[in-house]
Amino acid sequence: MAPTKFDRLSEAEPGERFRIEKLDIEGTMKRRLLDLGFVPGCEVTVLQKSPLGDPTAYKVSNTTIALRIEESSNIYGERIRDDNE
Amino acid sequence: MTTNEYTIALAGNPNTGKSTLFNLLTGLRQHTGNWPGKTVVHAEGFFTYKDKQYKIIDLPGTYSLYSNSADEEVARDFIIFEKPDVTIVVLDATALERNLNLALQVLEMTNRVIVCVNLMDEAKKKGIRIDIAKLAKKLGVPVVPISARNEEGIDELLDTIDLMIRGAIQTKPIVIPYSRSIEEKIAKLLPLVKEIVGDKYPARWIALRLLDGDTSLLDALKQENHHSFKEVARYASNRSAKSV
Repeated sequence: MAPTKFDRLSEAEPGERFRIEKLDIEGTMKRRLLDLGFVPGCEVTVLQKSPLGDPTAYKVSNTTIALRIEESSNIYGERIRDDNE
Repeated sequence: MTTNEYTIALAGNPNTGKSTLFNLLTGLRQHTGNWPGKTVVHAEGFFTYKDKQYKIIDLPGTYSLYSNSADEEVARDFIIFEKPDVTIVVLDATALERNLNLALQVLEMTNRVIVCVNLMDEAKKKGIRIDIAKLAKKLGVPVVPISARNEEGIDELLDTIDLMIRGAIQTKPIVIPYSRSIEEKIAKLLPLVKEIVGDKYPARWIALRLLDGDTSLLDALKQENHHSFKEVARYASNRSAKSV
């Protein structure tokens, strides 16, 4: 499946929710992200960006995890804006 | 008097109250240092229950055993090579989904596991109800609800440890089925792995790690003097799944 159809997690703004579809990352970093809860099908909430814009804090199954753009730009999925509901 | 000392490993995610439980069980009978050659804290303590001596190791808090950070390697190697008599996996009752990842990984490695659901008081406050009996049935090992902070459930935990040491508890850890292609590869590897490691290590788990291309485990195994292991490694690397 072409990742281009999806949004990147790095594009989601604070306050937004995001449903993960695919991780375009290999090796131990992929494993690490899966272990931290960035699993396809799961929803994360964007909490806040650090003052310089990177990294960004996310709420993932009840825990706050910060990711750098290197990682978050390779996590694809769907932005869930509140006005969608 | 000959004293038999039993070893217990405490595993769990960070911030699950693992160390609270450790302190509660051992009191002042503990010492800390580093794991040999690693800048990872090693804490061990001692306690006695029903005339049995226990040594308990507080493993580093990790979300997984596979990402190959120093912490995770220490925890993995201890469970695999030191073969504790009982491994207690401490879960945070308020974040079971996240915590069960590690529990399932440990259940693939050993069947001498007690799952300990901590922070039950916190979960209650948040309106989270946990069906302990159902969880125990699904996981195939004893599950004990506790609140280490309020010292609740500790007697039941100690009794469960005692029963497991005495062999009075039969466990049947859940076997996680993988996709067909992975299961086929496991089936091919299993006889080879078994031939080399025998009953010493969990063969299915080793096969899975090989398929995952876990070089860090291979290095650890080689250090444990399994020269013949290279054979299996070579076989596996020809067949390993690119991405699982």
